[in-house]
Amino acid sequence: MIRFISLAALLLLWQIGASLSDPRRLPGPTAVFEKIYEEAVSGGLFFNLTITLARVVAAFALAMSFGSAIGYVMGRNKLADRLLDPWLVTLLNLPALVVIVLAYVWAGLTEVAAIGAVALNKLPNAIVVVREGARALDPHLEDMAHVFRFSPAARFKHLVLPQLAPYLAAATRSGLSLVWKIVLVVELLGRSNGVGFEINMAFQLFDMKLLLAYALPFVALMLGVETFLVQPLERHVSRWRRGVSRRLDRV
Amino acid sequence: MNDTSRAGGAASLDVSIASKDYYSAGGGPLRALQDLRLTLPAGQAGAVVGPSGCGKTTLLRLIAGLDKDYIGTIVLPEHGRLGMVFQEPRLLPWRSVIDNIRIAAPHAREDDIAALLDELGLAEHASHFPRELSLGLARRVALARALAVKPDLLLLDEPLVSLDAALAKDLREMIARLIDERRITTLIVTHDLREAIALADRIFLLSPRPARVVATLEVPAPRKQLEREAAAKIEAQARAIHQGISSPR
Repeated sequence: MIRFISLAALLLLWQIGASLSDPRRLPGPTAVFEKIYEEAVSGGLFFNLTITLARVVAAFALAMSFGSAIGYVMGRNKLADRLLDPWLVTLLNLPALVVIVLAYVWAGLTEVAAIGAVALNKLPNAIVVVREGARALDPHLEDMAHVFRFSPAARFKHLVLPQLAPYLAAATRSGLSLVWKIVLVVELLGRSNGVGFEINMAFQLFDMKLLLAYALPFVALMLGVETFLVQPLERHVSRWRRGVSRRLDRV
Repeated sequence: MNDTSRAGGAASLDVSIASKDYYSAGGGPLRALQDLRLTLPAGQAGAVVGPSGCGKTTLLRLIAGLDKDYIGTIVLPEHGRLGMVFQEPRLLPWRSVIDNIRIAAPHAREDDIAALLDELGLAEHASHFPRELSLGLARRVALARALAVKPDLLLLDEPLVSLDAALAKDLREMIARLIDERRITTLIVTHDLREAIALADRIFLLSPRPARVVATLEVPAPRKQLEREAAAKIEAQARAIHQGISSPR
């Protein structure tokens, strides 16, 4: 309910702002929603949203899987950590734009270059978060698993994964928003479709309605992913924490 | 003296540690154990008793294979399947009681696990998460987990510590009954001599650090019927030995 009121207030603010300024500078909500409808009917909106979403998913999946694996190894193995840390720091501090331009120059204006560049931008972030999680693994539970001879699969599933879950959730949350922003830049610079490409078109035509008509649905889409996918998943994996308040006393 | 002598009933657990050093954060090595020898026949319960900080838990970690950095030999019972109850229960907090047991003992039959939970009074807690349990209950779950693997050697590290008297008595009787019934070779580490007399067939008294076994006391067979005086006599005997080693220096 509070979220709804807050959202309504934002719309109202937008409407007031729009009525005070030139509609070409800031079109009102109704104009934008009309444009969204128009783009949706033409099919362009769904086409571009789908393409962008596919790029987000591909880049995110790549970055998370490699980032988690590398982060885990670095968190568990001192030698690997010392060996790879300078690379990590370099990658962390390399501006996204530099990675994108380099990728396009070296690999051409291709899909592989685009997705690879986005994944490479997210990668160090995933590594850092998962490394922190791997460092925090409880050695007491590790000893227990050793004594009871847990199989590697059981160790991973019941020991490592539940302990890494909060870190993976954090990396997912920050990762999704980071990835989709960079995907737009990649599309703007070197792709001929997707939300980023449309926004570039809108910029060149100075069409603010078109710009917002593409930006807003994608924000809404990502909000949906967060609310209906990430949060329920997180609640599910952390359900065991909720029992604290109803601790059973000595029976 | 060595692990090949098997005369007079196969020695089930045979520990012979020449030395075990610790490296403290401060730098220099610290000798935790020296010339520590103990043997425990199959099916018997042994208790390692010593002052706190003398290296009892270190010894248990060596036997459990959690620390391989020592000089000496440790011969485990045949098959060497271990069940262990740590001082803190060390359950997986994100898995229910019954799943904790299933995961540690993947080959255990469901009805065996159910019977075990029943026997330890845990049946109604099977679906609870460890955080919902008191320490006494969590210890019992840890005990159930250790028994579920059908261990060849059961290791108990201070199983009754930080429980109030009534609860400690309950759990002690439970453990005594279980190890009597199942004839599992069991090694218990404790600082409490009375606890050791109540649970063990054999008591190994340790010296202060660096720990070695200064005396091995036999507790007469049906210890449940052990008379108060007999128990007191063993206790007095042990205390005398302890005084003997700690006062002259």
